[in-house]
Amino acid sequence: MKKQKSMTEPIFNRFDLLSDEIVFLILDFLNDDPLDKKSFSLVCKSFHAIESRHRKILKPLRSEHLAKVLIRFPFISYLDLSLCPRITDSSLGVISGNLVEIDLSNATDLKDLAAASIAEAKNLEKLWLVRCKSITDIGIGCIAVGCRKLKLLSLKWCFGVGDLGVGLIAVKCKEIRSLDLSYLPITNKCLLQVLELQHLEDLVLEGCFGIDDDSLTALKQGCTSLETLDMSSCQNVSHVGLSSLTSAAGCLRHLSLSYGSRVDLALADSLQKLSLLQSIKLDGSQVTCSGLKAIGNWCASLTELSLSKCSGVTDEGLSSLVTKRVDLRKLDVTCCRTITCASVAHITNSCTSLTSLRMESCTTVSAEAFVLIGQRCQFLEELDLTENNIDDEGLKSISRCSQLASLKLGICPNITDKGLIHIGICCSKLKELDLYRSAGITDLSILAIARGCTVIETINIAYCKNITDRSLVSLSKCSKLNTLESRGCPLITSFGLSAVAMGCKQLTKLDIKNCQNIDDTGMIPLAHFSQNLRQINLSYTSVTDVGLLSLASVSCLQIMTVLHLEGLTPSGLAAALLACGGLTKVKLQASFKALLPPTIIEHLESRGCVFQWRDKVFQTDRLRSKILETTVGRGGMKQFHDMV
Amino acid sequence: MEPEPNVPLNNQSLANSNRHQHKWKDPLFLDCGIRFEQQFSDFNQSSEAQTSFSCNSTKPNQRIGAQENQMNEGQESSKIQDWDPRTMLNNLSFLEKKIHQLQDLVRVIDRRRDQDTGRPDELMFQQQLITADLTSTIVQLISTAGSLLPSVKHNLSSVSSVEQFGGTTNSSGEVFGDVVIQQNNPISKTENQSNQTPIDLTGYTGVEQNSITEDLELKIDDDADEGEILPPGSYEILQLEKEEILALHTHFCTICGKGFKRDANLRMHMRGHGDEYKTPAALAKPDKETSSEPILIKRYSCPYVGCKRNKDHKKFQPLKSILCVKNHYKRTHCDKTYSCIRCNTKKFSVIADLKTHEKHCGREKWLCSCGTTFSRKDKLFGHIALFQGHTPAIPVDEFKGSALPSDQGQKCEAANNVDLINFESNAMDAKGSGDDPTSYFTPITFGPSIVGGFNEFPRPPSEDAESSLSFLLSGRFDYSPKSGRFAGLNDTSV
Repeated sequence: MKKQKSMTEPIFNRFDLLSDEIVFLILDFLNDDPLDKKSFSLVCKSFHAIESRHRKILKPLRSEHLAKVLIRFPFISYLDLSLCPRITDSSLGVISGNLVEIDLSNATDLKDLAAASIAEAKNLEKLWLVRCKSITDIGIGCIAVGCRKLKLLSLKWCFGVGDLGVGLIAVKCKEIRSLDLSYLPITNKCLLQVLELQHLEDLVLEGCFGIDDDSLTALKQGCTSLETLDMSSCQNVSHVGLSSLTSAAGCLRHLSLSYGSRVDLALADSLQKLSLLQSIKLDGSQVTCSGLKAIGNWCASLTELSLSKCSGVTDEGLSSLVTKRVDLRKLDVTCCRTITCASVAHITNSCTSLTSLRMESCTTVSAEAFVLIGQRCQFLEELDLTENNIDDEGLKSISRCSQLASLKLGICPNITDKGLIHIGICCSKLKELDLYRSAGITDLSILAIARGCTVIETINIAYCKNITDRSLVSLSKCSKLNTLESRGCPLITSFGLSAVAMGCKQLTKLDIKNCQNIDDTGMIPLAHFSQNLRQINLSYTSVTDVGLLSLASVSCLQIMTVLHLEGLTPSGLAAALLACGGLTKVKLQASFKALLPPTIIEHLESRGCVFQWRDKVFQTDRLRSKILETTVGRGGMKQFHDMV
Repeated sequence: MEPEPNVPLNNQSLANSNRHQHKWKDPLFLDCGIRFEQQFSDFNQSSEAQTSFSCNSTKPNQRIGAQENQMNEGQESSKIQDWDPRTMLNNLSFLEKKIHQLQDLVRVIDRRRDQDTGRPDELMFQQQLITADLTSTIVQLISTAGSLLPSVKHNLSSVSSVEQFGGTTNSSGEVFGDVVIQQNNPISKTENQSNQTPIDLTGYTGVEQNSITEDLELKIDDDADEGEILPPGSYEILQLEKEEILALHTHFCTICGKGFKRDANLRMHMRGHGDEYKTPAALAKPDKETSSEPILIKRYSCPYVGCKRNKDHKKFQPLKSILCVKNHYKRTHCDKTYSCIRCNTKKFSVIADLKTHEKHCGREKWLCSCGTTFSRKDKLFGHIALFQGHTPAIPVDEFKGSALPSDQGQKCEAANNVDLINFESNAMDAKGSGDDPTSYFTPITFGPSIVGGFNEFPRPPSEDAESSLSFLLSGRFDYSPKSGRFAGLNDTSV
């Protein structure tokens, strides 16, 4: 025995010859798959220890074992708890002083006591508390006093925090660079204190209704460091306040005035002083032609412009702007339904270095315009053509944009395999492709995409009725695929799904609603191979209790939509819900509410699971398309998608 | 010329006192003894030097007196720091010995005067010597006695001990009268300064008082006339004495001596002493000499030296009325004797302040980690913004709230809910009795506060960990079985 031991020791020691630093460098390269590092740490005790010391980032899905995990990984500096279903005050008692970043977004149950625990992390530099509704000024006060090194703080939707808390942050945390105060009930009082912060660069005041022109006119000097300002949905701020602000904050580079006051000449004039302004967001505002022209005249360094859902954008105004601002990199004209081919011609003519063009629902733009885009704007990386009149000719032209990473072709009924195959051949960098309801597509396109665009991560083939298992089998070669939406593809079966499950280990989001040929035989391999699955929609499939229960082995699963599964019984559902420990959101038929034992629902809710009860009647396909026709006319594709 | 006999005399007395000194050397008062010894060695040196010079000049004697005073002072200060009956006993025996020495000395002088008539200047010198010795003895005796008085404490004694220093060197006898007179004089500034200096020497007492009253000073300012800017000299400064300020009654019956707070009450009382006090003239309010010439505005000064309200302060701010003086003096320079029986934390020196506090005691729900409570949230935040290291304290009901949505909930079925909660509240108790510094925030503190009916932090922050622990324990014994655990249980099981 002893001899054997001495034989094995030298082999073991060879790894010990490598210093920790060298192993750390090697580990730095193991970033592609989170499971890689896990495998590494399971090799032997010393690897386990090395990996424990190497890890800096932690993003757990559950908070129960946080204390133990933090002991195992002593050098964690970034802790993201935004995915944990329920974080309680007591679970944060273990927060240690060496944490530098903590993300507690969506921890709606957190109270001031938790904030006091956070305040123990004296070295904290970044803190996100988005939607922590129960934290009040008192808790923020604790954080302000405890975490003096804070550089970034997001308090979006922390409705309990007001002037006093924010004011104290401004008094105590002088290092603040970035501050998100969206939707807080704050007024002018604390804004003046905030604007006195010496290093403040990024300030978000979205939806702060308490802020008005008076406070901004009172602002005499200061905030010379401010570079990014978001005043979206600040209804009480007009060009009067804005002009006083712009005279005080001369270094502003990014400005968002979405859903604000009318963009007219007066407002555009107030932007005149901002010589460094690079990007303007005017989403959802009422825009006048003269306003657009003035923006084109004044903002010399403008590279990004968003006019999404703006009313009043005309060919004249837009053309005048884009001919002046030839350096434009990003342009968003979503839902500008009055612009025509003429605008697109001007855009493509002058702004040849465009990298992003979003023109969803520009229904009045004719097919020829898209040929121009492909011919002139070859640096495009992002192109949104949802609900447009693009045809194969345009698609063929666009395939020249070899840098294209995101292409959205939802509800483009005029495109077929002929055009899309060109994209598959030429755009090898494509990561995101949306073919929602572009019914002219068949397996041939998907085969070309899967072969040409091997780095694809997101694909949407919902309601492309001709898609079969062949597409899925070919997509299974795309190992980076993480999102697959194949709603309403009746030809897809469990076989295709198993292939995807086996090939695409990164799959996190899967929507197979209304794929009636998918049953339990598809679920079992999915549960076995797709260990990263976080979100699934199984409505209207042929999955039964067995399939649902098998999903319990996917420990990451958080969001589940289970409507109208004919083979599902209340007891099977209850067992599956209990077994899936990490669920945060479950959509169920309202009829189950009475059938499930109330104690189980209570128990699941205490674990942090939110139930959404839907009382929709079983819809046939024909009825659904009728609803689609009536809805899409108004809101744009995205809204409809969210609704369904 | 007989300087010689003087020298052995001096040395003898010195040797005597040295012997006493050695006897005194008690381990307790070792450093005191050392100090004495040092001084005595000084003394030795000087007296040895004295032998070589002619002894006629009065200077060395004065020096002896001064040194003796110094010695007394050293003794004094050590005694002040920690008063002890044994020290007292030591001092008394020291005094006794000293008186014996003095007795011997006088006897020697007396004998020598019998032998030869002696020179008048020598006699005078001897007299001076004895006077100085006697003076210091008297001073010591009085200061020793003074330290026994609880109300006087060491303020007076220290003042007097310093005062004597000046007193003995230039004047003989009236040491104490001097101080009193100086303080009583409503003197002009220039005159005063020379008199004030010895008092200012009482450095540490002044500092001690100031540190106590520092935070009060802020509060006092609100009854001040901040806006009023009166050019100096445009008003008359009056300064009441401490005794006058603290006196319960200000009006006294000249016949029976009964005291009254108000003039009107006295007049009512006087009616009982005879018909002559019932005339309308006697009952009328004494007129304020309504003469046509402009009356100089009266402003008041606080008798406390070093106070901003004292007329010798650099930034003197006068007080507007006698009532202001009284309230200011009590709030700033007196002990807080009125304490609130509801919260047991707040103390006041003016009874009206206590009454004001009692009106909203318990409703002060905004707490700072330093233990200060505020009735308004913005006041708390102003306080926190001002002071480094102070944090808002989490209100105690937070702990109740956090008890239910605990991680434990996941492991338990809804059926055995009660067990779980029982377990949790036990766990909470255990946590509360732990000795970590954050026990201030731990759930156990809500036990007593529920009983009290208000969210007050029951523990003053200045207490050390030990006492806080003992508090927690006592809190647990008193309340935990009744309200702590079971109230929590009721809350959570709902």
